[in-house]
Amino acid sequence: MIGIVDYRAGNLTSVARALEHLHEPCEVTDRPEVLDRASHIIFPGVGAAAEAMANLRRSGLDAWLKKWVQEGRPILGICLGTQVILSESEEDGTTPGLGIIPGVVKKFPGTLQAEGQRLKIPHMGWNTVEFQGDHPVFAGLPRAAEFYFVHSYYPAPMDERLVVGWTRYGIRFCAALARDNLVAVQFHPEKSGRPGLRILSNFCRWGGNDAA
Amino acid sequence: MLRKRIIPCLDVRAGKLTKGIKFKGNIDIGDPVEAARQYYEQGADEIVFYDITASSDQRQIMLDVVRRVAATIFIPFSVGGGIRTLADMRAVILAGAEKVSVNSAAVQNPRLIAEGAKAFGSQCIVLGMDVKRVEASARIPSGYEIVIHGGRIDTGRDALEWAREAECLGAGEICLNSIDADGTRDGYEIRLTSLISDRVGIPVIASGGAGTPEHLHDVLTRGRADAALIASMVHYRTHTLADIKAYLSGRGVPVRVHWA
Repeated sequence: MIGIVDYRAGNLTSVARALEHLHEPCEVTDRPEVLDRASHIIFPGVGAAAEAMANLRRSGLDAWLKKWVQEGRPILGICLGTQVILSESEEDGTTPGLGIIPGVVKKFPGTLQAEGQRLKIPHMGWNTVEFQGDHPVFAGLPRAAEFYFVHSYYPAPMDERLVVGWTRYGIRFCAALARDNLVAVQFHPEKSGRPGLRILSNFCRWGGNDAA
Repeated sequence: MLRKRIIPCLDVRAGKLTKGIKFKGNIDIGDPVEAARQYYEQGADEIVFYDITASSDQRQIMLDVVRRVAATIFIPFSVGGGIRTLADMRAVILAGAEKVSVNSAAVQNPRLIAEGAKAFGSQCIVLGMDVKRVEASARIPSGYEIVIHGGRIDTGRDALEWAREAECLGAGEICLNSIDADGTRDGYEIRLTSLISDRVGIPVIASGGAGTPEHLHDVLTRGRADAALIASMVHYRTHTLADIKAYLSGRGVPVRVHWA
């Protein structure tokens, strides 16, 4: 069973629907004892970092997530889930994160330009992710596959060697990172058509310990 | 680079497409779920549904459509038409829509935008604007007026001012429909689109007037739209999403090309 972490950060049912389509049994829950029975964890979410952290602390899921990662079990962060995994976010002043991956979540500068035009924020829509290396979760994708993004902040891990996918939006930013049993993406695989479903399906088959 | 989105728009009444859509072999399809699935397979970047059901007791039928669409396509889709309250928004989002579009009700009660953005996030809230060209005046300096209830009621509100106010209230995106261009197939209202798109910081979807791929090119370049809504040109199979995208890509407009 794939556990989907519910911490009241937006509508998490779209991830569940994508997994159902892939015939992967899953459960959306905030109960650690149910998540403990999962083989894999997906940590999605949209919304504000501070509120997300408050919800995680209240339900005890903050400590539970750190333990899961330490035990070497597979976990996939998506969007806000990915951001919360880092040490801190520039959102709402400075918001501390789970600190599982050292690094900062930064806001896109309001002055971004491309080809003379001011870029809009949020970064909303389809953009290319250039994958580095051959991580099994990103296997079988087109070289310059496009994914659906919607965000105003982006993850900047301290160790750039963890970045496995880069995207350009005025600046180059980390769209995917991986370390051991953890994979985290800024885009929405559940809303990115076939290439996105491929990532979810790869993740569900991944043992979590054979990272590139 | 961020792609310009091409978005088919489906009008739904009581759970059925208002006009059949022709697909391969000219088979007429009346089921919005099947039409959405076909456009998803053919490379749509997003899909918009407008529920033009008049009576509120038939809203449940639309929610059922939304649930079935959400289990079938894995790209974002929005639902608009008759969204008047936070509860209407919640029902549509919980049924699986990525975004909700508010139009007339937001003009009458702008707080709806702020409440929706607070409850679900700005990225969920699309402001639909129906706009009509008028003589520029002190009251309507841009020369574009907001009309509501499908264009039947003039509001005396300036379109540019309303767009900027809606952005401040927390709208995540604007779907800008020109009443003058709508249904003409003579091209989008370029001047209106660039006027709004240049002056707001949120994405603008151009709507109304698409007849040829060149029209999309114009609105996505000179009109500075972030996305273009299309209807009859794909519904009647005069064009496919693949040829529209091949044309745009050939002329240097960044569009999503890997979907198979």
